[in-house]
Amino acid sequence: MSKFTFPESIRSRPVYGTLEPRAGAAHLLIADAHGAEAILDIATPDMMAKAHIIYIPKGEAFEDKLRALNPAQFYAGPTYGAAESRIHKALSDAKMGLQVYLSGTEGLMGQAQHAAMQAGIPHTAIQTEHRGSVARRMQCVHCKGITEDVEIDPFVCAHCGLNLFVRDHYSRRLAAYQGVCIDAEDPGNVPEAKGIYE
Amino acid sequence: MSGAEKIAVTVTDIVPLNELVTRFEFKRTDGGLLPTFSGGAHTVVEMRDGDLTRMNPYSLMSDPMDQTAYTISVRRDDEGRGGSLFMHRNVSVGDEMTISYPVNLFSLDLRAKKHLFVAGGIGITPFLAQIKQLERFNGNWELHYACRSEALGSYVDDLTSHHPNETHVYYDDQDQAIDLVNLLDGQPLGTHIYVCGPKGMIDWVRATAAKEGWPREAIHYEEFLAPQPGKPFEVKLAVSNKVIQVGEQESLLEAIEREGVDAPYLCRGGACGQCETRVIDYTGNFIHRDHWLEDDEHASGEKIMPCVSRFEGKTLVLDR
Repeated sequence: MSKFTFPESIRSRPVYGTLEPRAGAAHLLIADAHGAEAILDIATPDMMAKAHIIYIPKGEAFEDKLRALNPAQFYAGPTYGAAESRIHKALSDAKMGLQVYLSGTEGLMGQAQHAAMQAGIPHTAIQTEHRGSVARRMQCVHCKGITEDVEIDPFVCAHCGLNLFVRDHYSRRLAAYQGVCIDAEDPGNVPEAKGIYE
Repeated sequence: MSGAEKIAVTVTDIVPLNELVTRFEFKRTDGGLLPTFSGGAHTVVEMRDGDLTRMNPYSLMSDPMDQTAYTISVRRDDEGRGGSLFMHRNVSVGDEMTISYPVNLFSLDLRAKKHLFVAGGIGITPFLAQIKQLERFNGNWELHYACRSEALGSYVDDLTSHHPNETHVYYDDQDQAIDLVNLLDGQPLGTHIYVCGPKGMIDWVRATAAKEGWPREAIHYEEFLAPQPGKPFEVKLAVSNKVIQVGEQESLLEAIEREGVDAPYLCRGGACGQCETRVIDYTGNFIHRDHWLEDDEHASGEKIMPCVSRFEGKTLVLDR
């Protein structure tokens, strides 16, 4: 299952849509893992002739299918960090009329959305579609370290080791949710971890 | 009282620019400083013409940081309801007038990497203030300004001498036209486009930019509508329990104000949304002219913008 319906939440929580092809001078499509399926759903030969696909497989086998779409430019890399300089270059060379499509995990979409916003695209003009893992990119509000791909709540901060509660408060600037110490009052009294949406 | 706070001013200078456009300068009557504003702001000028009070919005064109005086440019409209004719014929240096605090419905988006201005005729005025604002911050901007002729090209000399590289002027009578598709093509990511001018120009720029894939959030426009005359009609104001007549030459908002009912407003030009009024009952047809309500709201018969819209029919009851 690559599609998941997120429960209703606070206004701070990002809401994702369904990608749709839009008229534009060029198309930048950034996806990870099952996000490839959303690109496969909307790709047309006309669009691909002006498209740059940046893909982070994360162990999923969609790379050949994406290459077969025959986009003007294609890149696959191991992590967002590895792809980042390419994403920045693509955005800094881009002109008005560029359409940006993001699909896959929240962490990928959040980071790519931040890069596109920094390049001058209003965040509401950037299309997103969630696919695949529901893991979150979390910032520890105490040490400020980012822990990627968090699937359980509470979880242990990868930097400072505090037990963190997964909140729905989100920062577009950091492209991360807020993780807050769950046992500050009573150290060691930590509820059993379970899936974020369980 | 509705509307923005008022300022008592004295007319300190009147400069005719060409056959149609005259510039007016206002200073505070009490000698104090005026508020600063942001480029794109307008003021509502009150004109007392006998028993009639006209209130027209005009874009402020002076330096937004200059608190000593405000300037506006008024294009004479011989077909209109008389506000601009009043300014041209009845206002003299030394007259005391009332203007509103500045209100901005056409501000710069300061997140933009570049500001692309498209002006038609008197639509140049908000850009004059925005350019002064951007120059202070070394902002990246470019102006494309279409005028009917050299003789009617208000502020062209000033713009081309101070900003020769940023200013591009097009004269209709020399068959010069903005090559819009080419202009939009290749603008750096993060460019915002701003258009002020006749309705046809605004529609053309908005439609072309949208077709070229520009985000809606990067397209800004301002068009003040003047209320149009129409057939007289009768309105019942349910809250105030009054039945009022709207004359041929006045707007519904002006008729409501004439009867002493305080109704909210800001721009008086169908743009800001402040005067939105709920319709309780009606038999007849609305003549919606605003830019505020959506098409489905216009069709619903539930709302009206009394600053520019009218009604033809038997009964109209408003929640006012």
